[in-house]
Amino acid sequence: MTYGEKNTAITGIGQSEVSRGSDKSALELTVDAALGAIRDAGLTRADIDGIATWPGADNNTSGFSPVGVAQIQDALRLKLNWYGAGGEVPGQYGAVFNAIGAISAGLARNVLIYRTMYEATARKTSFANSLVKGGERQAGIFLWYAPYYNYAAALQQSLMFNLYVHKSGIRPEQVGQIAVNQRRNASLNPAAVYRTPITIEDYLNSRMIATPLRLFDCDVPIDGSTAIIVSRMDVARDGPNVPIRIEAIGSSMQYRNSWVQLDALDTQAQPKVAEMMWSRTDLKPKDVDIAQLYDGFSFHTINWLENFGFCERYGAKDFIEGGTRIALEGELPINTGGGALSAGRLHAYGAVHEACTQLWGRGGDRQVKKPLNVCATSTAGGPLAGAMLLVKD
Amino acid sequence: MASTASGTAPPPRSLPVVDKDSQTFWTAGEQGELKIYRCQDCAYYIHPPVRFCPQCESRRVEPEAVSGKGHVVSFSINHQQWVPGLPVPYVLALVGIAEQDDVRLVTNIMNCPPEEVSFGMPVKVYFEQVEDLWVPLFEPDSEGAPRP
Ligand SMILES: [Zn+2]
Repeated sequence: MTYGEKNTAITGIGQSEVSRGSDKSALELTVDAALGAIRDAGLTRADIDGIATWPGADNNTSGFSPVGVAQIQDALRLKLNWYGAGGEVPGQYGAVFNAIGAISAGLARNVLIYRTMYEATARKTSFANSLVKGGERQAGIFLWYAPYYNYAAALQQSLMFNLYVHKSGIRPEQVGQIAVNQRRNASLNPAAVYRTPITIEDYLNSRMIATPLRLFDCDVPIDGSTAIIVSRMDVARDGPNVPIRIEAIGSSMQYRNSWVQLDALDTQAQPKVAEMMWSRTDLKPKDVDIAQLYDGFSFHTINWLENFGFCERYGAKDFIEGGTRIALEGELPINTGGGALSAGRLHAYGAVHEACTQLWGRGGDRQVKKPLNVCATSTAGGPLAGAMLLVKD
Repeated sequence: MASTASGTAPPPRSLPVVDKDSQTFWTAGEQGELKIYRCQDCAYYIHPPVRFCPQCESRRVEPEAVSGKGHVVSFSINHQQWVPGLPVPYVLALVGIAEQDDVRLVTNIMNCPPEEVSFGMPVKVYFEQVEDLWVPLFEPDSEGAPRP
Protein backbone atom coordinates (compact mmCIF):
# COMPACT_ATOMS: atom_id res chain seq x y z
CA MET A 1 0.00 0.00 0.00
CA THR A 2 1.37 3.39 -0.99
CA TYR A 3 -0.06 6.29 0.93
CA GLY A 4 -0.52 9.39 -1.21
CA GLU A 5 0.58 11.84 1.46
CA LYS A 6 4.09 10.34 1.47
CA ASN A 7 4.60 11.73 -2.02
CA THR A 8 3.88 15.31 -0.85
CA ALA A 9 5.71 17.92 1.20
CA ILE A 10 5.37 21.46 2.45
CA THR A 11 7.89 23.57 0.55
CA GLY A 12 7.09 27.12 1.57
CA ILE A 13 5.15 29.13 4.13
CA GLY A 14 3.86 32.69 4.27
CA GLN A 15 1.92 34.82 6.69
CA SER A 16 0.48 38.28 6.58
CA GLU A 17 0.68 40.65 9.50
CA VAL A 18 -1.68 39.42 12.21
CA SER A 19 -3.61 42.02 14.15
CA ARG A 20 -6.67 42.93 16.17
CA GLY A 21 -7.72 45.22 13.32
CA SER A 22 -5.92 45.53 10.01
CA ASP A 23 -5.40 48.54 7.72
CA LYS A 24 -5.49 46.11 4.81
CA SER A 25 -8.39 44.26 3.21
CA ALA A 26 -8.82 40.53 3.74
CA LEU A 27 -7.86 39.96 0.11
CA GLU A 28 -4.64 41.96 0.43
CA LEU A 29 -3.72 40.02 3.57
CA THR A 30 -4.26 36.84 1.56
CA VAL A 31 -2.05 38.17 -1.24
CA ASP A 32 0.66 38.92 1.33
CA ALA A 33 0.52 35.38 2.71
CA ALA A 34 0.33 33.70 -0.71
CA LEU A 35 3.21 35.67 -2.25
CA GLY A 36 5.27 34.99 0.87
CA ALA A 37 4.68 31.25 0.61
CA ILE A 38 5.33 31.11 -3.14
CA ARG A 39 8.58 33.06 -2.75
CA ASP A 40 9.64 30.95 0.25
CA ALA A 41 9.21 27.79 -1.83
CA GLY A 42 11.46 29.24 -4.51
CA LEU A 43 8.56 29.36 -6.94
CA THR A 44 6.79 31.98 -9.00
CA ARG A 45 3.09 32.51 -9.62
CA ALA A 46 3.46 30.51 -12.84
CA ASP A 47 4.46 27.41 -10.86
CA ILE A 48 1.22 27.28 -8.86
CA ASP A 49 -1.21 24.91 -10.56
CA GLY A 50 -3.62 24.21 -7.71
CA ILE A 51 -5.42 26.00 -4.85
CA ALA A 52 -7.10 24.54 -1.80
CA THR A 53 -8.68 26.30 1.16
CA TRP A 54 -11.03 25.72 4.06
CA PRO A 55 -13.94 26.38 4.03
CA GLY A 56 -13.98 28.69 0.99
CA ALA A 57 -15.77 32.00 0.71
CA ASP A 58 -18.70 32.17 3.11
CA ASN A 59 -20.19 35.14 1.31
CA ASN A 60 -21.20 37.06 4.41
CA THR A 61 -19.79 39.75 6.68
CA SER A 62 -18.74 37.51 9.57
CA GLY A 63 -15.06 37.62 8.66
CA PHE A 64 -14.89 33.86 9.22
CA SER A 65 -13.82 33.11 5.66
CA PRO A 66 -13.92 36.25 3.56
CA VAL A 67 -11.65 35.21 0.68
CA GLY A 68 -12.62 32.39 -1.67
CA VAL A 69 -10.61 30.57 -4.29
CA ALA A 70 -12.00 32.74 -7.06
CA GLN A 71 -10.81 36.02 -5.52
CA ILE A 72 -7.24 34.93 -4.88
CA GLN A 73 -6.98 33.10 -8.20
CA ASP A 74 -8.04 36.26 -10.00
CA ALA A 75 -5.97 38.65 -7.88
CA LEU A 76 -2.82 36.63 -8.61
CA ARG A 77 -3.99 35.73 -12.15
CA LEU A 78 -3.10 32.09 -11.49
CA LYS A 79 -3.56 29.43 -14.14
CA LEU A 80 -4.77 26.30 -12.37
CA ASN A 81 -5.27 22.68 -13.28
CA TRP A 82 -7.17 21.97 -10.06
CA TYR A 83 -8.83 23.85 -7.23
CA GLY A 84 -11.15 23.02 -4.41
CA ALA A 85 -12.67 24.45 -1.23
CA GLY A 86 -15.24 23.15 1.17
CA GLY A 87 -16.13 23.01 4.82
CA GLU A 88 -17.40 19.44 5.04
CA VAL A 89 -13.98 17.90 5.45
CA PRO A 90 -11.88 16.72 8.42
CA GLY A 91 -11.58 20.18 9.94
CA GLN A 92 -9.33 22.90 8.60
CA TYR A 93 -6.73 20.39 7.39
CA GLY A 94 -9.28 19.01 4.95
CA ALA A 95 -7.86 21.50 2.46
CA VAL A 96 -4.42 19.87 2.79
CA PHE A 97 -5.95 16.41 2.43
CA ASN A 98 -7.75 17.52 -0.72
CA ALA A 99 -4.47 18.86 -2.09
CA ILE A 100 -2.80 15.51 -1.37
CA GLY A 101 -5.58 13.86 -3.35
CA ALA A 102 -5.12 16.25 -6.25
CA ILE A 103 -1.35 15.74 -6.33
CA SER A 104 -1.78 11.96 -6.10
CA ALA A 105 -4.24 12.08 -8.99
CA GLY A 106 -1.76 13.96 -11.14
CA LEU A 107 -3.90 17.09 -11.13
CA ALA A 108 -1.35 19.44 -9.60
CA ARG A 109 2.33 19.77 -8.66
CA ASN A 110 2.38 22.85 -6.42
CA VAL A 111 -0.81 23.63 -4.49
CA LEU A 112 -1.31 26.96 -2.72
CA ILE A 113 -3.28 26.38 0.49
CA TYR A 114 -4.45 29.33 2.55
CA ARG A 115 -6.72 30.31 5.42
CA THR A 116 -7.78 33.92 5.89
CA MET A 117 -9.74 35.35 8.79
CA TYR A 118 -11.02 38.90 9.21
CA GLU A 119 -12.98 38.55 12.43
CA ALA A 120 -11.28 41.33 14.35
CA THR A 121 -12.54 43.96 11.93
CA ALA A 122 -15.86 42.20 11.40
CA ARG A 123 -16.65 42.28 15.11
CA LYS A 124 -16.08 46.02 15.24
CA THR A 125 -18.74 46.59 12.63
CA SER A 126 -21.67 44.37 11.80
CA PHE A 127 -20.94 41.11 13.48
CA ALA A 128 -22.23 40.08 16.90
CA ASN A 129 -21.70 36.33 17.03
CA SER A 130 -21.62 33.35 14.74
CA LEU A 131 -24.25 30.90 15.93
CA VAL A 132 -27.46 32.93 16.21
CA LYS A 133 -28.67 35.24 13.51
CA GLY A 134 -31.51 37.47 14.61
CA GLY A 135 -34.80 37.51 12.78
CA GLU A 136 -34.43 34.31 10.83
CA ARG A 137 -35.02 30.64 11.60
CA GLN A 138 -31.85 28.65 12.12
CA ALA A 139 -30.76 25.98 9.67
CA GLY A 140 -27.66 23.87 9.38
CA ILE A 141 -25.52 21.93 11.81
CA PHE A 142 -26.62 23.92 14.89
CA LEU A 143 -30.33 23.72 14.14
CA TRP A 144 -31.05 21.56 17.19
CA TYR A 145 -29.44 24.20 19.40
CA ALA A 146 -31.54 27.03 17.97
CA PRO A 147 -34.01 27.77 20.81
CA TYR A 148 -31.60 27.37 23.69
CA TYR A 149 -29.62 30.64 23.83
CA ASN A 150 -26.58 29.00 22.27
CA TYR A 151 -24.78 32.13 21.17
CA ALA A 152 -21.22 30.96 20.71
CA ALA A 153 -18.90 28.04 20.18
CA ALA A 154 -17.47 28.72 23.64
CA LEU A 155 -20.77 27.79 25.23
CA GLN A 156 -21.72 24.98 22.89
CA GLN A 157 -18.33 23.26 23.04
CA SER A 158 -18.29 23.59 26.82
CA LEU A 159 -20.80 20.73 26.80
CA MET A 160 -17.89 18.53 25.75
CA PHE A 161 -15.25 20.17 27.93
CA ASN A 162 -17.35 20.06 31.09
CA LEU A 163 -17.96 16.34 30.66
CA TYR A 164 -14.21 15.90 30.17
CA VAL A 165 -13.57 17.77 33.43
CA HIS A 166 -16.14 15.58 35.16
CA LYS A 167 -14.59 12.34 33.90
CA SER A 168 -10.91 13.28 34.15
CA GLY A 169 -10.92 15.29 37.36
CA ILE A 170 -8.64 17.92 35.81
CA ARG A 171 -8.35 21.05 37.99
CA PRO A 172 -8.45 24.67 36.78
CA GLU A 173 -4.84 25.33 37.79
CA GLN A 174 -3.83 22.41 35.55
CA VAL A 175 -5.96 23.57 32.60
CA GLY A 176 -4.43 27.03 32.96
CA GLN A 177 -0.96 25.71 32.16
CA ILE A 178 -1.96 25.67 28.49
CA ALA A 179 -2.76 29.39 28.42
CA VAL A 180 0.23 30.36 30.58
CA ASN A 181 2.71 28.31 28.51
CA GLN A 182 1.41 29.66 25.23
CA ARG A 183 1.54 33.27 26.40
CA ARG A 184 5.14 32.71 27.44
CA ASN A 185 5.89 31.36 23.95
CA ALA A 186 4.04 34.30 22.39
CA SER A 187 6.19 36.73 24.39
CA LEU A 188 9.10 35.44 22.29
CA ASN A 189 7.19 35.65 18.99
CA PRO A 190 7.18 39.15 17.46
CA ALA A 191 4.16 38.26 15.28
CA ALA A 192 1.89 37.25 18.17
CA VAL A 193 -1.02 39.55 19.08
CA TYR A 194 -0.80 39.09 22.88
CA ARG A 195 2.75 39.06 24.21
CA THR A 196 2.58 40.06 27.88
CA PRO A 197 3.18 36.97 30.02
CA ILE A 198 0.40 35.82 32.34
CA THR A 199 0.51 33.79 35.54
CA ILE A 200 -1.70 31.00 36.78
CA GLU A 201 -3.30 33.56 39.10
CA ASP A 202 -4.15 35.74 36.07
CA TYR A 203 -5.71 32.70 34.46
CA LEU A 204 -7.75 31.78 37.53
CA ASN A 205 -8.89 35.39 37.85
CA SER A 206 -9.94 35.70 34.20
CA ARG A 207 -13.69 35.81 33.88
CA MET A 208 -15.77 32.69 33.44
CA ILE A 209 -17.38 32.52 29.99
CA ALA A 210 -19.22 29.21 30.27
CA THR A 211 -18.13 26.52 32.71
CA PRO A 212 -15.41 25.29 32.50
CA LEU A 213 -14.11 27.87 29.97
CA ARG A 214 -12.46 31.03 31.22
CA LEU A 215 -11.56 33.94 28.97
CA PHE A 216 -7.93 32.80 28.69
CA ASP A 217 -9.07 29.37 27.47
CA CYS A 218 -10.48 30.98 24.32
CA ASP A 219 -8.58 31.87 21.16
CA VAL A 220 -8.36 35.42 19.85
CA PRO A 221 -10.20 36.68 16.75
CA ILE A 222 -7.77 38.41 14.41
CA ASP A 223 -7.30 39.75 10.92
CA GLY A 224 -4.70 37.67 9.15
CA SER A 225 -3.86 35.07 6.57
CA THR A 226 -1.56 32.07 6.42
CA ALA A 227 -0.48 30.25 3.26
CA ILE A 228 1.54 27.12 2.62
CA ILE A 229 2.70 25.41 -0.55
CA VAL A 230 2.24 21.64 -0.75
CA SER A 231 4.29 20.13 -3.58
CA ARG A 232 4.78 16.74 -5.17
CA MET A 233 7.85 15.13 -3.62
CA ASP A 234 10.11 15.21 -6.69
CA VAL A 235 9.28 18.89 -7.25
CA ALA A 236 9.77 19.61 -3.55
CA ARG A 237 13.34 18.33 -3.62
CA ASP A 238 14.24 20.95 -6.27
CA GLY A 239 13.33 23.81 -3.91
CA PRO A 240 15.50 25.90 -1.60
CA ASN A 241 14.00 24.54 1.63
CA VAL A 242 14.44 21.06 3.02
CA PRO A 243 11.04 19.56 2.21
CA ILE A 244 8.78 18.93 5.17
CA ARG A 245 7.20 15.64 4.27
CA ILE A 246 3.60 14.85 5.11
CA GLU A 247 4.41 11.50 6.68
CA ALA A 248 0.87 10.51 7.65
CA ILE A 249 -2.61 11.94 7.96
CA GLY A 250 -5.74 11.17 9.93
CA SER A 251 -8.95 12.11 8.13
CA SER A 252 -11.55 9.61 9.29
CA MET A 253 -15.17 9.99 10.30
CA GLN A 254 -15.89 6.91 12.40
CA TYR A 255 -18.24 8.52 14.92
CA ARG A 256 -21.68 10.05 14.55
CA ASN A 257 -20.78 13.35 12.92
CA SER A 258 -23.07 15.53 15.00
CA TRP A 259 -22.58 18.33 17.51
CA VAL A 260 -25.38 16.72 19.56
CA GLN A 261 -25.21 12.97 19.02
CA LEU A 262 -21.41 12.59 18.80
CA ASP A 263 -20.74 9.23 20.45
CA ALA A 264 -17.35 10.28 21.82
CA LEU A 265 -18.46 13.38 23.66
CA ASP A 266 -15.66 13.87 26.16
CA THR A 267 -12.79 12.79 23.89
CA GLN A 268 -14.35 14.43 20.83
CA ALA A 269 -13.81 12.75 17.46
CA GLN A 270 -10.05 12.71 17.89
CA PRO A 271 -9.14 9.15 19.00
CA LYS A 272 -9.92 7.34 15.75
CA VAL A 273 -8.44 10.17 13.68
CA ALA A 274 -5.17 9.90 15.62
CA GLU A 275 -5.34 6.10 15.35
CA MET A 276 -5.63 6.39 11.57
CA MET A 277 -2.63 8.72 11.41
CA TRP A 278 -0.44 6.36 13.45
CA SER A 279 -1.57 3.42 11.29
CA ARG A 280 0.02 5.07 8.26
CA THR A 281 3.53 5.45 9.66
CA ASP A 282 6.20 3.49 11.51
CA LEU A 283 6.80 6.46 13.77
CA LYS A 284 5.40 6.44 17.31
CA PRO A 285 4.38 9.16 19.76
CA LYS A 286 7.83 8.91 21.41
CA ASP A 287 9.43 9.94 18.09
CA VAL A 288 7.64 13.31 18.07
CA ASP A 289 9.89 16.28 18.87
CA ILE A 290 7.26 19.04 19.06
CA ALA A 291 3.51 19.29 18.66
CA GLN A 292 1.32 22.07 17.32
CA LEU A 293 -2.10 21.11 18.65
CA TYR A 294 -5.40 22.76 17.86
CA ASP A 295 -6.30 25.33 20.48
CA GLY A 296 -9.53 26.99 19.47
CA PHE A 297 -10.07 26.36 23.17
CA SER A 298 -7.37 25.11 25.53
CA PHE A 299 -9.36 21.93 26.13
CA HIS A 300 -8.88 20.93 22.51
CA THR A 301 -5.14 20.92 23.14
CA ILE A 302 -5.58 18.90 26.33
CA ASN A 303 -7.72 16.38 24.45
CA TRP A 304 -5.20 16.06 21.62
CA LEU A 305 -2.35 15.36 24.07
CA GLU A 306 -4.25 12.26 25.18
CA ASN A 307 -5.68 11.25 21.85
CA PHE A 308 -2.33 11.41 20.07
CA GLY A 309 -0.99 9.11 22.79
CA PHE A 310 1.48 11.54 24.39
CA CYS A 311 -0.11 10.58 27.70
CA GLU A 312 -2.81 8.17 28.74
CA ARG A 313 -6.56 8.75 28.79
CA TYR A 314 -7.35 11.38 31.43
CA GLY A 315 -3.62 11.66 32.07
CA ALA A 316 -3.19 15.11 30.51
CA LYS A 317 -3.75 16.78 33.86
CA ASP A 318 -0.59 15.19 35.21
CA PHE A 319 1.30 15.67 31.94
CA ILE A 320 0.75 19.44 31.92
CA GLU A 321 0.97 19.92 35.70
CA GLY A 322 3.42 22.73 36.37
CA GLY A 323 3.86 23.30 32.64
CA THR A 324 7.47 22.10 32.36
CA ARG A 325 6.93 19.14 29.98
CA ILE A 326 5.12 21.30 27.40
CA ALA A 327 7.45 24.32 27.64
CA LEU A 328 10.03 25.21 24.97
CA GLU A 329 12.69 23.43 27.07
CA GLY A 330 10.46 20.48 27.91
CA GLU A 331 10.19 16.95 26.57
CA LEU A 332 7.28 17.89 24.28
CA PRO A 333 7.14 21.61 23.48
CA ILE A 334 3.65 22.48 22.24
CA ASN A 335 2.18 25.47 20.44
CA THR A 336 5.59 27.07 20.40
CA GLY A 337 4.56 30.34 18.76
CA GLY A 338 1.78 31.08 21.23
CA GLY A 339 -0.94 29.25 19.35
CA ALA A 340 -4.36 30.65 18.64
CA LEU A 341 -4.76 31.62 22.30
CA SER A 342 -2.01 34.23 22.12
CA ALA A 343 -0.69 34.51 18.54
CA GLY A 344 -4.22 34.71 17.11
CA ARG A 345 -6.93 32.59 15.56
CA LEU A 346 -5.20 31.61 12.32
CA HIS A 347 -7.33 28.52 12.60
CA ALA A 348 -4.91 25.59 12.49
CA TYR A 349 -2.82 27.09 9.68
CA GLY A 350 -0.98 29.15 12.28
CA ALA A 351 -0.05 25.75 13.74
CA VAL A 352 1.26 24.44 10.40
CA HIS A 353 3.19 27.68 9.86
CA GLU A 354 4.77 27.35 13.29
CA ALA A 355 5.55 23.66 12.74
CA CYS A 356 7.54 24.52 9.61
CA THR A 357 9.13 27.57 11.27
CA GLN A 358 10.48 25.33 14.03
CA LEU A 359 11.50 22.43 11.78
CA TRP A 360 13.40 24.87 9.57
CA GLY A 361 15.08 26.46 12.60
CA ARG A 362 13.60 29.90 11.98
CA GLY A 363 12.04 30.33 15.42
CA GLY A 364 14.40 33.06 16.65
CA ASP A 365 14.02 33.61 20.40
CA ARG A 366 11.38 30.88 20.60
CA GLN A 367 13.34 28.27 18.63
CA VAL A 368 13.34 24.94 20.42
CA LYS A 369 16.97 24.15 21.15
CA LYS A 370 17.01 20.37 20.68
CA PRO A 371 17.30 18.95 17.13
CA LEU A 372 13.87 18.83 15.48
CA ASN A 373 12.69 16.37 12.87
CA VAL A 374 9.12 15.33 13.66
CA CYS A 375 6.09 17.47 14.47
CA ALA A 376 2.57 16.23 15.17
CA THR A 377 -0.17 18.69 14.38
CA SER A 378 -3.92 18.56 14.67
CA THR A 379 -7.03 20.50 14.03
CA ALA A 380 -10.60 20.96 15.14
CA GLY A 381 -12.88 19.66 17.84
CA GLY A 382 -16.28 18.16 18.45
CA PRO A 383 -17.26 15.81 15.63
CA LEU A 384 -14.49 17.20 13.40
CA ALA A 385 -10.84 16.30 13.60
CA GLY A 386 -7.82 16.13 11.33
CA ALA A 387 -4.23 15.17 12.07
CA MET A 388 -0.89 15.29 10.31
CA LEU A 389 2.57 14.05 11.10
CA LEU A 390 5.23 16.29 9.52
CA VAL A 391 8.81 15.09 9.07
CA LYS A 392 11.84 17.00 7.86
CA ASP A 393 13.18 15.19 4.78
CA MET B 1 -35.73 31.94 31.28
CA ALA B 2 -35.89 30.92 34.90
CA SER B 3 -33.40 31.04 37.72
CA THR B 4 -31.90 34.41 36.97
CA ALA B 5 -31.48 37.20 39.42
CA SER B 6 -31.95 40.13 37.09
CA GLY B 7 -35.72 39.89 36.72
CA THR B 8 -35.58 41.23 33.17
CA ALA B 9 -37.34 39.47 30.33
CA PRO B 10 -34.95 37.31 28.31
CA PRO B 11 -34.59 37.87 24.57
CA PRO B 12 -36.96 35.74 22.47
CA ARG B 13 -35.78 32.22 21.73
CA SER B 14 -34.47 31.67 18.20
CA LEU B 15 -36.33 28.99 16.31
CA PRO B 16 -35.18 26.24 13.98
CA VAL B 17 -36.19 25.68 10.40
CA VAL B 18 -38.71 22.82 10.54
CA ASP B 19 -38.96 20.14 7.85
CA LYS B 20 -41.25 17.19 7.22
CA ASP B 21 -39.31 14.96 9.60
CA SER B 22 -38.74 17.43 12.46
CA GLN B 23 -42.26 18.92 12.40
CA THR B 24 -43.59 16.46 14.99
CA PHE B 25 -40.70 17.02 17.39
CA TRP B 26 -41.23 20.77 17.50
CA THR B 27 -45.04 20.73 17.63
CA ALA B 28 -46.09 17.69 19.73
CA GLY B 29 -45.61 19.81 22.83
CA GLU B 30 -49.00 21.37 22.07
CA GLN B 31 -50.47 18.10 23.39
CA GLY B 32 -47.85 17.99 26.15
CA GLU B 33 -46.00 15.16 24.44
CA LEU B 34 -42.37 14.62 23.53
CA LYS B 35 -42.38 12.57 20.34
CA ILE B 36 -39.36 10.73 18.93
CA TYR B 37 -39.20 8.70 15.72
CA ARG B 38 -39.26 4.95 16.40
CA CYS B 39 -38.71 1.89 14.23
CA GLN B 40 -41.95 -0.09 14.02
CA ASP B 41 -40.03 -3.30 13.37
CA CYS B 42 -37.25 -3.32 15.98
CA ALA B 43 -38.42 -0.54 18.36
CA TYR B 44 -35.19 1.49 18.03
CA TYR B 45 -35.57 5.25 18.56
CA ILE B 46 -34.10 7.39 15.77
CA HIS B 47 -33.00 10.96 16.38
CA PRO B 48 -32.55 13.31 14.59
CA PRO B 49 -35.71 12.03 12.91
CA VAL B 50 -35.47 10.22 9.58
CA ARG B 51 -37.56 7.39 8.24
CA PHE B 52 -34.76 4.85 8.13
CA CYS B 53 -33.72 2.52 10.92
CA PRO B 54 -29.93 2.20 11.10
CA GLN B 55 -30.34 -0.98 13.19
CA CYS B 56 -32.57 -3.09 10.91
CA GLU B 57 -32.90 -0.93 7.77
CA SER B 58 -36.66 -0.77 8.13
CA ARG B 59 -38.41 2.19 6.53
CA ARG B 60 -41.42 1.74 8.83
CA VAL B 61 -40.64 4.57 11.23
CA GLU B 62 -43.22 6.67 13.09
CA PRO B 63 -43.15 9.33 15.82
CA GLU B 64 -44.09 7.97 19.24
CA ALA B 65 -44.58 9.71 22.56
CA VAL B 66 -41.88 8.95 25.12
CA SER B 67 -42.02 9.42 28.89
CA GLY B 68 -40.39 12.85 28.80
CA LYS B 69 -37.98 11.72 31.48
CA GLY B 70 -34.23 11.65 31.12
CA HIS B 71 -30.92 12.62 32.67
CA VAL B 72 -28.30 15.32 32.20
CA VAL B 73 -25.50 13.91 30.00
CA SER B 74 -23.54 17.15 30.10
CA PHE B 75 -24.12 20.83 30.76
CA SER B 76 -22.45 24.20 30.96
CA ILE B 77 -23.35 27.19 33.09
CA ASN B 78 -23.20 30.20 30.80
CA HIS B 79 -21.96 33.43 32.42
CA GLN B 80 -21.21 35.59 29.39
CA GLN B 81 -23.86 38.10 28.40
CA TRP B 82 -23.68 37.51 24.65
CA VAL B 83 -26.42 40.03 23.82
CA PRO B 84 -27.87 42.98 25.75
CA GLY B 85 -30.60 41.94 28.15
CA LEU B 86 -29.59 38.29 28.27
CA PRO B 87 -30.15 37.15 31.87
CA VAL B 88 -27.19 35.15 33.15
CA PRO B 89 -26.26 32.65 34.41
CA TYR B 90 -28.26 29.96 32.64
CA VAL B 91 -27.69 26.31 31.80
CA LEU B 92 -27.25 24.77 28.35
CA ALA B 93 -27.42 20.98 28.51
CA LEU B 94 -27.56 17.70 26.68
CA VAL B 95 -30.22 15.35 28.02
CA GLY B 96 -30.42 11.63 27.30
CA ILE B 97 -33.96 10.30 27.17
CA ALA B 98 -34.91 7.53 29.60
CA GLU B 99 -35.94 5.15 26.82
CA GLN B 100 -32.62 5.00 24.93
CA ASP B 101 -29.11 6.24 25.72
CA ASP B 102 -28.16 7.41 22.25
CA VAL B 103 -31.04 9.84 21.85
CA ARG B 104 -29.73 13.16 23.11
CA LEU B 105 -31.60 16.44 23.16
CA VAL B 106 -30.17 19.93 23.48
CA THR B 107 -32.03 21.95 26.08
CA ASN B 108 -31.92 24.46 28.90
CA ILE B 109 -32.28 23.15 32.45
CA MET B 110 -34.97 25.36 33.95
CA ASN B 111 -36.58 25.93 37.34
CA CYS B 112 -33.34 25.03 39.09
CA PRO B 113 -30.46 27.16 40.37
CA PRO B 114 -27.61 26.66 37.85
CA GLU B 115 -25.16 25.63 40.57
CA GLU B 116 -27.47 22.73 41.52
CA VAL B 117 -27.41 21.14 38.05
CA SER B 118 -25.26 18.00 38.02
CA PHE B 119 -24.11 15.18 35.73
CA GLY B 120 -26.65 12.36 35.66
CA MET B 121 -29.32 14.50 37.32
CA PRO B 122 -32.86 13.22 36.59
CA VAL B 123 -34.97 15.68 34.61
CA LYS B 124 -38.38 15.79 32.96
CA VAL B 125 -39.68 17.67 29.97
CA TYR B 126 -42.10 20.56 29.71
CA PHE B 127 -42.81 22.88 26.81
CA GLU B 128 -42.72 26.57 26.05
CA GLN B 129 -44.68 27.84 23.08
CA VAL B 130 -42.75 30.23 20.84
CA GLU B 131 -44.68 31.37 17.77
CA ASP B 132 -45.95 28.16 16.12
CA LEU B 133 -43.53 25.79 17.85
CA TRP B 134 -43.42 24.12 21.27
CA VAL B 135 -39.84 24.11 22.54
CA PRO B 136 -38.92 21.16 24.81
CA LEU B 137 -37.29 22.31 28.05
CA PHE B 138 -36.25 20.22 31.05
CA GLU B 139 -36.52 20.71 34.80
CA PRO B 140 -35.52 18.60 37.81
CA ASP B 141 -37.51 15.37 38.23
CA SER B 142 -37.88 14.86 41.97
CA GLU B 143 -39.19 11.33 41.39
CA GLY B 144 -36.26 10.20 39.23
CA ALA B 145 -33.00 8.59 40.27
CA PRO B 146 -29.65 10.10 39.24
CA ARG B 147 -27.55 8.27 36.65
CA PRO B 148 -24.10 7.28 37.92
ZN1 LIG C 1 -35.39 -1.09 13.20
